[in-house]
Amino acid sequence: MKSLKKLNKYFFRYKFKIILGIIFILFSNAAQVYIPILLKDSIDALKENISLDLIIKYAILIVAVAIVGGVFRFLIRTTIIIVSRKIEFDLRSDLWEHIQKLPTKFFQNNSTGNLMAHATNDISAVRMYIGPAVMYSIDTVSKFIIVIVIMISLNPMLTLYTLIPLPLLSYFVYKLSKKIHTRFTLIQEKFSELTTKAQESFSGIRVVKSYVREENEIKHFTKLSNDYLLRNMEKVKIQAWFMPMLFMITGISVIIVVWIGGSMVIEKTMTLGEIMAFVAYLGLLIWPVIAFGWVLNIIQQAEASMKRLMKIFSEKDDIYESSEINDSIAQIDGKIEFKNVSFKYGQNNNEVLKNISLEINKGETVAIIGHTGSGKTSLINLIPRLFDTTSGELLIDGNNVKEIPKEVLRKNIGLVAQETFLFSDTLLNNIGYGLEVIDNKVIENVAEISQLKKDLDSFKAGYETILGERGITLSGGQKQRTSLARALAINPKILILDDSFSAVDTNTEEEILTKLKEFMQNRTSIIISHRISTVKNADKIIVLENGVIAEQGTHDELVELNGIYADLFTKQLLEEELKEIE
Amino acid sequence: MSKDKRDSDDIKGKAYDSKLMKRLLGYVKPYKGYVILAILLNILVAGLGPLRPYLTKLAIDDAIANSDYNELLNISLLLVGSLILQAGIQYVLTYYTQLMGQKIIYDLRVKLFSHIQKLSLKYFDKTPIGKIVTRVTNDVEALNELFSSGIVMVFSDVFQIVWIFGFMFFMSWELALITLSVLPVLFYATFLFRKKVRDAYRQERKFLSRLNSYMQEHITGINVVQVFSKEKDEFKKFIGINSDYRNSLMRSVYYYATFYPVVEILSSISIALIIWYGGGSIIQSAMTIGVLFAFIQYTEMFFRPIRDLSEKYNIMQTAMAASERIFDVLDDDTIIENPEVPKSIEHYTGKVEFKDVTFAYNSDEYVLKNISFEINPGETVAIVGATGAGKTSIISLLTRFYDIQKGEILVDGINIKELSKDELRKRISVVLQDVFLFSGDIQSNIGLNSEEITYDKIVESAKIVGADRFIQQLPNKYNEEVKEKGATLSVGQKQLISFARALAFNPQILILDEATSSIDTETEILIKQAIEKLLVGRTSIVIAHRLSTIQNADKIIVMHKGEIREIGTHQNLLAKKGIYYKLYQLQYKEQELSGV
Repeated sequence: MKSLKKLNKYFFRYKFKIILGIIFILFSNAAQVYIPILLKDSIDALKENISLDLIIKYAILIVAVAIVGGVFRFLIRTTIIIVSRKIEFDLRSDLWEHIQKLPTKFFQNNSTGNLMAHATNDISAVRMYIGPAVMYSIDTVSKFIIVIVIMISLNPMLTLYTLIPLPLLSYFVYKLSKKIHTRFTLIQEKFSELTTKAQESFSGIRVVKSYVREENEIKHFTKLSNDYLLRNMEKVKIQAWFMPMLFMITGISVIIVVWIGGSMVIEKTMTLGEIMAFVAYLGLLIWPVIAFGWVLNIIQQAEASMKRLMKIFSEKDDIYESSEINDSIAQIDGKIEFKNVSFKYGQNNNEVLKNISLEINKGETVAIIGHTGSGKTSLINLIPRLFDTTSGELLIDGNNVKEIPKEVLRKNIGLVAQETFLFSDTLLNNIGYGLEVIDNKVIENVAEISQLKKDLDSFKAGYETILGERGITLSGGQKQRTSLARALAINPKILILDDSFSAVDTNTEEEILTKLKEFMQNRTSIIISHRISTVKNADKIIVLENGVIAEQGTHDELVELNGIYADLFTKQLLEEELKEIE
Repeated sequence: MSKDKRDSDDIKGKAYDSKLMKRLLGYVKPYKGYVILAILLNILVAGLGPLRPYLTKLAIDDAIANSDYNELLNISLLLVGSLILQAGIQYVLTYYTQLMGQKIIYDLRVKLFSHIQKLSLKYFDKTPIGKIVTRVTNDVEALNELFSSGIVMVFSDVFQIVWIFGFMFFMSWELALITLSVLPVLFYATFLFRKKVRDAYRQERKFLSRLNSYMQEHITGINVVQVFSKEKDEFKKFIGINSDYRNSLMRSVYYYATFYPVVEILSSISIALIIWYGGGSIIQSAMTIGVLFAFIQYTEMFFRPIRDLSEKYNIMQTAMAASERIFDVLDDDTIIENPEVPKSIEHYTGKVEFKDVTFAYNSDEYVLKNISFEINPGETVAIVGATGAGKTSIISLLTRFYDIQKGEILVDGINIKELSKDELRKRISVVLQDVFLFSGDIQSNIGLNSEEITYDKIVESAKIVGADRFIQQLPNKYNEEVKEKGATLSVGQKQLISFARALAFNPQILILDEATSSIDTETEILIKQAIEKLLVGRTSIVIAHRLSTIQNADKIIVMHKGEIREIGTHQNLLAKKGIYYKLYQLQYKEQELSGV
């Protein structure tokens, strides 16, 4: 129940409607409970051979009371269930708002499938608690109390006998619910595994097909499906007891009424009408008692779901929440300084960057070159604070990045990531993604720089061309260039290209670099590349090796230095020469 | 285009579709035994409930009226007996129907998954992954209730109603008719309600699907959202989609809010009629109070299943909507068909031939036009050209991921359409631009859990491509777990793994798609050496932007705007001073300028 308490603030938001709903429940129950009394009176009246007129009066009264009750039933749903839908909406919105803020690390540790399951299944489970569970539990409790009071007033002894099975029922419901809940959690886990597997298998379909691994994927999925079936049956074994036991225990009560009540009628200490009323009341109680077990179930499932949701809610944006933001920083000039920066992805991981110190002046172009895994991407990810340094300081314009407001920082950095992600939206919206308002001039300009113009002619709808999921209809190079245009469009003070031309042919790359040179005047740029031709003209070239700056300088200086860079350079040259000989 | 529409979860035709139902029931067939057992138990158990009001009537009219304590006790014991029997049967019934339901959805899920695995890439290009995942998970799940309780419950309700009517008519047919006179109104109300709820439900599903697609896409692209500081705008968009969904849900609340009270009022009208007519008869001594008693209880009893019918209808509704989507996928025949009698190649030499191949992903946008070329066994052919020239499409065609519109593709002189796809693909290893890693460990990502690939083979392949070096540095070496999509590995490392994967499968034909582009020069040299060893006796196609990797090719194909412009050796092409020459010049300009 601890986790569900967190929902109180949502309930509070709609307190007026909820209170109204509760009042409606009470009214509707009052009407419902009145009908058995009318039944009792009419049967007892029949015993006394009363006129048909009185009987007709009772019949009309029964319908009238039912109509009043019905109107309140309508009002209950339109208040309480509506509120539950509203809270569901609020909760989902809050969850999304929170997820959006979480740091990159979180998304590396949580699969998309898992997060999706939380946002849909868990929220649904919680919604069932907010709406139906709350509605039925209030309904049940209030009805229970009223009915029992009336029963006692009719015949206390018989009431006592009839209620004997009930504590048994409560105990039984509780025990079963608990077991069901445990098994339900296990089912959910498997379901989540199943979802993740499907997700992965379909995302990697090209690989699966290329290597003819379909049967293997099917085998794996079949096994998971079977596990899922077995876990479901574990639950069924217990759950199947629920309804029969409930009916049996409540049925016993009715039998007690017939048997003991019947004896009392024979002894003339009770009337047949009263027996009718008792049977009718038990009929009214059966549903609440069943609902009780059901509600308990819902609550437990909701509790489990809420616990999972709370786990996400408690995930901190540890990058931003821990830092002291200096709100007076409203713009960025572009000077970047790494001071003894070290970084590792987790406490138990190895250091990816070790004691990096590096200064990049405003307007400078710095190129980073190095082997795969040497820490290039990790280094540049620190600048927009996708990750924070483990030790050391990263300064921008002399301010520690930890002090710069997130929006100010990120809106001034154009990061073209190594792996391109485009939205399934129009080309225009993808390029203009970072803009508040899409300005055609800006779009034209960045499309020109990124050499997208030529491609546009081959798209029927031009800028309005919709890109398939993850831009699958574009070639790798087109994707990269779109992603470059998107970064340029925000007019960044700092541009970071993380191996952004890997799928772009040299011809186009050349043209882009020439155009970029102009664009990058007065802006700071960092270019990661494997190609000497790309990095050669940079103001400064950094050679990273195992997380350490091994060499730095201009192209000529580095060639002179005769170290790693010179090595790479000669190797590339040698290759060329060898081919020339051929 | 029509495919897109069908997948978009739009509001569709009728909710109860007998064809759909028939098809769904087809999945029950293997479990006929379960169904027969369930029906038999149902007939029995359905009678036990209605028996009790009748016994109550006997208790009142025979025992109580005659002050017969013994008779009262006997009847009470009978009541207890019927109750225990009912509970016991109910348990067995529930267990077996659930088991049947679970088995059916298991069958369906595996069938669906297998089918999707076999669909052509065209399907995956057009359908968001999130939607496909929903089909095999939630949509199949939505059928669970239909199979596990829905179908059997309908039987049990029908049987119970039959029993109740039987008892009622047996006791007093006039009173029975009068009591049941509200039924037409009840049916009409239920009919109206069903219609409304159905429409509302379809809307709900549509918006839910939209919500899911949105979340799926934005979780995957969260980095872009964050880097561009678009959280606020994206949140606004999310709120829009989320509130569409909420509004659609709230609409159906009103339908339920109206329907349930209407049923209750109708039930009270029935009771009022019993009191009025039955009361009149009792006054005239034409009926006993016990009958009245029993009738009032029966009213309760038969209204419940009819009211719940709408709930069952809901189950059916959910199932129908879900099954429609599932069947849409199952009916999707964008499958690259295997020939009925596949030809087989006895001596696989690896000769590849494209003859006048014309191809478009979408009907009229041709990506490749009249492509013809020949690759002899063991030859290395390089395909070059600007981005978007159609190079990547050539690979997808050779592995038959798509079928061509015109022309022929031959492997060892046989049209690939006449070969079995598996046979064809097993001969070809492809290294794609985007490396995809599965969850699991490094080892399984290289060997892809293939039984034919031993651990030694995996290590050997990794060594050849130079992946072994970094794998040895991982804490668990080859057993190191790959987190989602290999997020902890660098792109270069991932590429090395995919090379190792390609090598491990020892193909006759090797295709490298721009694979070398993200790897640093040193690693590249390493791999190149490995590839050179591998190329012996293997046909290979290298698609790269960098001229350096294709220098050794036996033949170079220069593509431009979907057409082959030049074919020849490096030297030939240079001498030609055409497109290739230009590509070449650009690459080398830098070095020439620096005067080395």
